[in-house]
Amino acid sequence: MSEQTFSIVDDDVAIELEASEALGHADAARAVGRPVAIDAEERAAYLGISAEERGRQLLSLEAPDFALPDLDGRMHSLSEHRGRKVFLVAYGSW
Amino acid sequence: MITVAVDRSSDAARPWIEAARPTHPSLIDTGHRVADLYNMVNVPTVVWIDEAGRIVRPNDVAFGTDTFRHITGIEAARHQRALRAWVLGEAGLVSEAETRALLSLPSPSDQEARAEFGLGRWLYERGRGGAAARHFARAGELAPHDFMIRRGTMPMRGIDSMGPEFRSMLQEWTAAGHRYYRPLPG
Repeated sequence: MSEQTFSIVDDDVAIELEASEALGHADAARAVGRPVAIDAEERAAYLGISAEERGRQLLSLEAPDFALPDLDGRMHSLSEHRGRKVFLVAYGSW
Repeated sequence: MITVAVDRSSDAARPWIEAARPTHPSLIDTGHRVADLYNMVNVPTVVWIDEAGRIVRPNDVAFGTDTFRHITGIEAARHQRALRAWVLGEAGLVSEAETRALLSLPSPSDQEARAEFGLGRWLYERGRGGAAARHFARAGELAPHDFMIRRGTMPMRGIDSMGPEFRSMLQEWTAAGHRYYRPLPG
């Protein structure tokens, strides 16, 4: 079966499907405006989030919530800081 | 204050975090999640979020020091003064309509680029570096202004992100009349 399976990555979760079923999922995602990246050789597809959805969220001015790990692997979310002003800084070592 | 290292691994960010010994949450974002949610296309990017969890000043460029001011042309103190005034409640904020007008919203090709990045990252994590590099490169073609992708993926493609490839990319970008850092006006 592994020879024929295809990975679909959606919201950071990968599921293994039969190729035809996987491509059906990809088409369905595209049909609702989601961006889809496919690698036929690697037998994998990644379903992204549409510009419309991101735009709508940002225009609401509700700061999108997220949960990410610190160096020790402990998770922190933005919403834990509700009630305090947050200065959010994104940086990179590169 | 919450800092997010948009980086290839926690080990890439570790020396910086350990040297700074922060008391605030100092997070690692290997999947560019925050970049996608907030449409961030470069670092550093800062956002002000109020007590109710609302964006009151969208993506801006701010530096902690003037170390690179000769290159960036951005003075650290200006943003720091504005930030201090906001924190102390000494400064009025712009209206929500004005805040919305300052937002930069992603285009469909920006989100296509992020999907290509996402696939590349997924492959990279599975040891498929060569395939990952193809998707990182494709992502950069789809969103040439997105240096979170174009420069941020360089270390995952075996490219020195401060080296000649970066310099020629930057040179080409600025020669075409574009800015590398795009701070908010005012």
